[in-house]
Amino acid sequence: MSGRKLLMTFDVTATSHTLADYRARGGYQTIEKVLRELKPGDVTKEVAASGIQGRGGAAFPAGRKWGVVHLSDGQPHYLCANADEGEPGTFKDRWILEYAPHLLLESMLIAAYALEVRHAFVYIRGEFDLPYRRLAGAIEEARAAGLLGAPLFGTDFSCDIIAHRGAGSYVCGEASGLLTSLEGKRGYPRNRPPRLTVRGLYQQPTVVNNVETLANIAGILANGAAAFKAVGTAKNPGTRLISISGHVEKPGVYEIEIGYPWRKFIDEDCGGVQNGVALKCVIPGGISTKVLTAAEIAPLTLDSESVEGAGSSMGSGGMIVIAEGTCMVRLLQVMLRFYHHESCGQCTPCREGMGWMHRIIDRIVAGEGRPEDLDQLLRISRMNDGTTICGMGDAAGYATVGILAKYRDEFDYWIAQKRSRYDGNLECRRSS
Amino acid sequence: MPLPLAEFDALRARYPRGFESSLVLPCLRRIQELRGFVADPDIDALAGYLGVPRVQIEEVLSFYTQFKREGVGRWHLMVCRNVSCSMRGAERVLDQLSQRLGIGEGETTPDGRFTLSTVECLGSCGTAPVVMVNDAYHENVSVEALDALLAGHP
Repeated sequence: MSGRKLLMTFDVTATSHTLADYRARGGYQTIEKVLRELKPGDVTKEVAASGIQGRGGAAFPAGRKWGVVHLSDGQPHYLCANADEGEPGTFKDRWILEYAPHLLLESMLIAAYALEVRHAFVYIRGEFDLPYRRLAGAIEEARAAGLLGAPLFGTDFSCDIIAHRGAGSYVCGEASGLLTSLEGKRGYPRNRPPRLTVRGLYQQPTVVNNVETLANIAGILANGAAAFKAVGTAKNPGTRLISISGHVEKPGVYEIEIGYPWRKFIDEDCGGVQNGVALKCVIPGGISTKVLTAAEIAPLTLDSESVEGAGSSMGSGGMIVIAEGTCMVRLLQVMLRFYHHESCGQCTPCREGMGWMHRIIDRIVAGEGRPEDLDQLLRISRMNDGTTICGMGDAAGYATVGILAKYRDEFDYWIAQKRSRYDGNLECRRSS
Repeated sequence: MPLPLAEFDALRARYPRGFESSLVLPCLRRIQELRGFVADPDIDALAGYLGVPRVQIEEVLSFYTQFKREGVGRWHLMVCRNVSCSMRGAERVLDQLSQRLGIGEGETTPDGRFTLSTVECLGSCGTAPVVMVNDAYHENVSVEALDALLAGHP
C-alpha cells in the first residue's frame, strides 16, 4: 500500500460512478456545508491554507491562483477543469472522469462558489469517449437532482457545468490554448501577461485547474486544510495519482501519498520491471520531464523537492518505466515525432525547431547521422527554451537534453556504426 | 444534409449568452457524426447559423486532428504509436495491420471497410498498445488478437 489515500477511497463497482452511490458515500454534503457556513473568500483561504499544488504539471499553488480573482468586480468569472489529458504517459484524470465524476462536479461547485462563477466548463479531450459519457451522464444526473443550474440549498448561488469536447490537439492542454479552443478557434496559446485569472475566457477572469487538483477540493473543505496538510510532505502536501506505464509488470493508475519511496513504488506496488529485467531509467511525469537513471532514482521519494533536486520534475504524474536493453535513440525519435506533430505552428522557434529536430533524429536512425548532429540537437533545444509563447518548445528540449546528457554514447554508437546498440528495441526483452 | 437545428438550439441554450463562437467545435463534431465528415455546404450553413466567419470554421477544421474533410472506411483504425504504446508492441501491431489489410498509413481498403491511421498519445498508456476504432478504445491489443479485432468489425 502506497500510503494514505484521499481520492481512491471507495471500491470501484458497476455503479460507483452514479449519483446514488456518490450520495451514499456522503456526496454533495460538503457543498451544502460550505454554502451554509462559509463566505466565498473563506473557501479560497482554506484552499490556500491546504497548500495544494496544481496536479497538471506546473505545480502552481491552487490557492494563489484563485486569490488573484477579484470578487464582486461586476464581471462574469469562469472556471474550467482541464481534462485535455494528453501528455504522453499520463492517464490519471481519466480515472476521476470514469469513476468519480460527481466528486469533480461537487468540487467544481465549491470552486465556483469561491470564485463567483455561474458557468463552469470541463474541457475534455475529443478522443475520450467513455470518460465523456460518464461525465455527461453525471452532469445530467446532477441537473435532474437540482444540483446544477438551479439555486442550491435555499441560497441564491447556482452554477451550471458544461462538458465541452476538444477535437484532437495536444497544445489545447496548455491553459490558454484550452481557453482559445473553448472559444471555438484554433487552440493557440496566448502570451502572458495578462494572466488568465485577469483576462481568460472571452477576456473575463478565468481559473483553469487540472481535474485532479479540483477533485481534491471537496475533501479539503470537508475535512479542513489541516487534515489535508497532515498527508504528504510539509512542502508538498496531499497525494498524487500516478499513472505508470511502459516496461512495468502492473501498469495503471495508483494513488500515492506524496513522499512515498520511488523504488518501493515500482518494485512492490507495481510488480517491478516487466519480465524481471533490470531497470534502466524512468521518465517521472510525462515525456516533457527529464529522464532519471535507475541509480539516480534509487534514493528518491515521490515529491517535488526530491525529484526536482535530481534535476527533473513530478510533472503530470505520468511515469514511464524503461528496462535495460531499450534503445534511447529510437525512444527520442518517437518523442520528437510527437512534438513535431503537435506544434501548433504559432511560434517560429517551435514550428521550425521541432521539424529540424525530428528530421535530424530520423536521419540518425536512417544511418545517415553526422557527428555534429548531436550538438545541433542541443543547440536547437537551447534556442527554443523560453522563446515561445507556451512551454512546448521548452518541453521538447528538456526531453532531448535529458536523454542526450545521460545516453549520448548510444547516439554516438548509432552515428558511427549506422545501427542501434540495442537492435532498435523499444519493447522489453523476455528476461534478463 | 440540413443541420440538426433543434439539437443545436438546445446546445446553444446551455452555454452563456454570447458564446455562439464556442459552439463551433461541438456543432462540427455532431455534423461529422451524421455525415461521416464535414462538407463545404456544412461550413456555409454553420457559419450562417452561428454568425461566425467561414474562415474560422475552416481554420478549426484544418487544425484539429479528429475533423475529417472527406469520408473514410466504415471502420477507422487509429493505432497509437507514442512512447508507452511503442514500448508495448504498437509498431508490430501497425506493421501487421498494414500487411493483413494490404494498405499503408492513411489508406482505405478497396472495399471501403477499413482505413488505417496512426495517432499520437490517446491517454491510455496503462493498457498499451491501444487501437481506437471509430469512437471506441481497444486496449491491450496484441498481434495475436488482431484477427479477432478485424473480424469484429465487418
